[in-house]
Amino acid sequence: MTLTVTRRTRLSTAWLILLVPIVLLLIAAPWWAGRADLRLMGEIALYMSLAVLWNLLAGYAGLVSVGQQAYVGFGGYLFFALTMLAGLHPYAALPLVVLAGAVISAPVAVLIFRLRGAYFAIGTWVVAEVFRLSFAQISSLGGGSGTSLSPDIVRSLADGRDAREAVAWWLALGAAALVIGAVVWLLRSRQGVALTAIRDNELAARSLGIDIWRTKFTVYVVVSGLTALIGALIFLQKLRISPDAAFSANDWTAFVIFIVVIGGIGTLEGPILGTLVFFALRETLADLGTFYLIALGAVAIIIMLFAPRGLWGFLRDRWGLELFPLSRRVSGLAKKEA
Amino acid sequence: MPDALMSLQALNAHYGDFQALYGVNLTVEPGEVVAVIGANGAGKTTMLRSIAGLLRNAPEAIRWKGQPIGALRADQVAALGIALVPEGRLLFPSLSVEENLVIGGQLGRKGPWSLQRVYDLFPILKERRNQQSTSLSGGQQQMVAIGRALMANPELVLMDEISLGLAPVIIRQIYEALPGIVGEGLTAVIVEQDIAKALSVSQRVYCLQEGRVSLEGQSQTVPREEITRAYFGV
Amino acid sequence: MDWLNALLQGTLLGGLYALFAAGLSLIFGVMRLVNIAHGDLIVLSAYIALSFGVSLGLNPLAALLLVVPTMALIGYALQRLILNRTMGEDILPPLLVTFGLSVILQNALLMGYSADPQNLQAGAIETASVNLGPLAVGVMPVMVFVTAIGVIAALQWMFYHTALGRAFRATSDRQDVAQLMGLNRAHVFGLAMALSLAVTALAGVFLGIRTAFDPAAGGARLIFGFEAVIIGGLGNLWGTLAGGVILGVAQTLGAKIDPGYQILAGHIVFLIILALRPRGLFPRIDG
Repeated sequence: MTLTVTRRTRLSTAWLILLVPIVLLLIAAPWWAGRADLRLMGEIALYMSLAVLWNLLAGYAGLVSVGQQAYVGFGGYLFFALTMLAGLHPYAALPLVVLAGAVISAPVAVLIFRLRGAYFAIGTWVVAEVFRLSFAQISSLGGGSGTSLSPDIVRSLADGRDAREAVAWWLALGAAALVIGAVVWLLRSRQGVALTAIRDNELAARSLGIDIWRTKFTVYVVVSGLTALIGALIFLQKLRISPDAAFSANDWTAFVIFIVVIGGIGTLEGPILGTLVFFALRETLADLGTFYLIALGAVAIIIMLFAPRGLWGFLRDRWGLELFPLSRRVSGLAKKEA
Repeated sequence: MPDALMSLQALNAHYGDFQALYGVNLTVEPGEVVAVIGANGAGKTTMLRSIAGLLRNAPEAIRWKGQPIGALRADQVAALGIALVPEGRLLFPSLSVEENLVIGGQLGRKGPWSLQRVYDLFPILKERRNQQSTSLSGGQQQMVAIGRALMANPELVLMDEISLGLAPVIIRQIYEALPGIVGEGLTAVIVEQDIAKALSVSQRVYCLQEGRVSLEGQSQTVPREEITRAYFGV
Repeated sequence: MDWLNALLQGTLLGGLYALFAAGLSLIFGVMRLVNIAHGDLIVLSAYIALSFGVSLGLNPLAALLLVVPTMALIGYALQRLILNRTMGEDILPPLLVTFGLSVILQNALLMGYSADPQNLQAGAIETASVNLGPLAVGVMPVMVFVTAIGVIAALQWMFYHTALGRAFRATSDRQDVAQLMGLNRAHVFGLAMALSLAVTALAGVFLGIRTAFDPAAGGARLIFGFEAVIIGGLGNLWGTLAGGVILGVAQTLGAKIDPGYQILAGHIVFLIILALRPRGLFPRIDG
C-alpha cells in the first residue's frame, strides 16, 4: 500500500483552469463594462481584498482585529502625502505605502500582542483611534476636515478619463490578485501549515516547536502592509480623504467582518463568496441604510451561533468542496473495516 | 421486585468519535457499597461522570429509583441526591477550605451532614478552614473533596479514585474513615485502581475492561484469578 | 492652582470611568467574556432613562429606580438567550456575536431616536458646587465618584461574603464541578450579566447627565472602560477604580495643554502603561 499526499482535487483543478478565462475577462473589463459598473467592480475587488486579509488575521492567526481601519486610513493618508507633499508619482508611492504600512505595524504589534482575545481586539481599536486623532492634527493634510487629491496627481495616472478609470480598475484588480495570491502562497507554505495548526490548537502547535509569536507577528505585519495598499487605492478612487472617512470603523471593519462571517471564516473561499453575497444584497436591496446594518448584524449573529463556518463552511462540510488547493489529503489508505 | 436505587442499563458513552463505554449494566441497592475496579482507561471515570450528569446520555440508560435520568444536567442530578467526589479532587482554587465545604451544601438538602460533622470527621480541616484550598496537601485536599460531597447530604455518593496520588499512610487514614461515612444508610459507588482497598470496603464489585463489564461478584468471595482475568482481559 | 483643579476634576472623572469599567470587569472575572457591546449598553441605559423621563416626567436620578432593574432584566435575557450559546473554548463566537450586537444596538438607537445629541436633565444638581478651600467641586462629579466607590465596595463584599459571590467564584474556577454542587451554570451566568448591566445602568444615567450622548457614543465608552480595566489590572475591581482615575487625570491634564488632546492623551498614557506594565498595575488574574 503506497500513500501519497496530494492537494489537488478535481474541483480545485477545474477551478484553476476556469480561473484563466475569468481573469482575462476581468482584465478586459474596461472594454465591456460601463463606467458605473467598472467602479462597482473596483469597489468589490478592494472590499474582497480587505476581507481576505482580515480573514487571514482572524480566521487563521487567531488575531481578531476590530482596528484594521487604522491601516486603511494610514495607507490613504500616506498616499496623499507622498503624492501631494513629497511629489512622488502615484505608481512610485504605492509600493512605499505597503512598506510603510508594514513598518509602522511592527511596533504596534509588539505593543498590542501583550493583550489577548477580546482585549486584543479592543486594543486594535484604541490604536485605530490614536491614528485617527493623530492624523486629524496634521494641518498640511487638512486637519480635522481632510483634503482632496489634487487634479495633477489624478491626471498623472493616465491620459483621459476613460484611461484613468481603466487604470484605477486594473490597480484594484491587481491588488486583489496580489492579496489572494499572497495568501494562497502563504497558506501553502510551511508558515501556512503552522498557521493552520495554531488556529486549530495553539497549545499543541507550541509543543510542536512552532514559534507562535513570530508567526502571528509576521502575519500581522504582512496584512497591515497590504491593508495600507488597499487603503491607498480606496482613497485614490474617492479622490478625497478625511479622518472620519479614513478611519471609519463602520466602513472598513464592520462591513468586512460581516462579509467574512457570512462567507465563512477560516477558509479562503469564504471571504470571496461573502463579498459577492454582500454586494449582491447591497445592489438588489434598495438603500436601506441603517436597517441594512441591523439586518447584517442579525444575520452575522445567527450564522455565528448556528452555522459558525458560514456559507462556504457549510458547503465545504456538506460536500467536501475546496476551490483553492490548500489542504493536503492522504490517498492510498485501505478502506476502514465496518 | 423493587427498583434498585440506581441502575445502568446498556450505558454507552462517547467522547466525540471515541466510544468509551459499551453497553454497561450495573445496579446499586440502597445502603450498599459497590466497588468498580479496572485498569487505566477502562472507562471507570467516564461511567461516574455519566451518572453525575457531566456527560449526556440516553435517558433510560441511567435510572434513579426507577426514573430515567440519563439526559439530565449535572446540577439537576445533584438535586436528586447524587454527589460526586471527582477524580483529581478538583477543589475550587478561589475558595477557602471552608467555602469549598459550604458550597457543597449549596442545595440545602436536609440530612446528618453539617460543617461541624465534617470537621469532626477530618479535624485537620478545621485547623485550616480559612486557608486557600489548593495550599493543602494532597491527602487534605482529598478530605475536603469528600467533605464537600457529604455536605450535599446525598443519598448516593460516587467516589472516583480517592487514593490516586496519595501516600499509603494517608490512603489508609481515609479508608479507615469510610465505614463511618457510609454507615448511616448512605449508598456509595467507589472507583478504585487499588483492588485490595476496593474489596475491603465493598459488598459487591464490578470490573470494567475497555469499556465493558468483565466481572460482577461478591467482594468477599470472588476468586483472585477471576479478578486478574477480568482486570486485564486475558 | 489650575493644575490642581484639573487633577481633582480628572480624579472625579475617574469615578465615572470606573463605573463604565466595573460591569466589564465583573463579567470578565466570572465568565471570561468581554462584551464588545458594553459601551452601547451604557448608552442604551441613558436612552431608556430619557424615555422614562419623557413619558413619566421623572428626573433621571429618580428614573434610576426603573432603569436599573430594566437593564438587569435585559442582561439576564441577553445572556441566557444569546450569549450563553457562545461560551466555550473558541474566542471568536463571543467576540463576533457581541460585535454584531454592538452594530445592531447603535443602529437601532439611530432608528429609534435619530442621531441628534441628547441630554438627561437632572435639574439644579447638575451645576451645584461646593467650595473646598480655593477649589470649586461639582456636586454631581462627587456623587458619581462616591457611587463608584460604593458600587465597587458592594461588589467586593458580594463576591467574598455571599452565597451568590461564592457561586460566581466557583463557576469561574471550574464550571463543571460547580454544576456538581447544584449550580445551574446558565442561570449563574445570567445573574452575572444582570448584575453587570445593573451597574451599567448607573453608568449610563450618570453619563447622560454629565454630557451629551448619541447612538454612536458607545464605542468611546467601551474604550474608556477597557483602558481603565487594563491599566488597573485584570480581576481587580479596586484596581479598575485606580485605572479610571489615572485615565481621567491623563485626559483632563491633556485637555489643559490643548482641548484637542484630551482623548489622545488618555490613549497615550494607556499605551505607555501597556508597554511598561503589560499586566496592569494591580493584576489578580491573567487574560
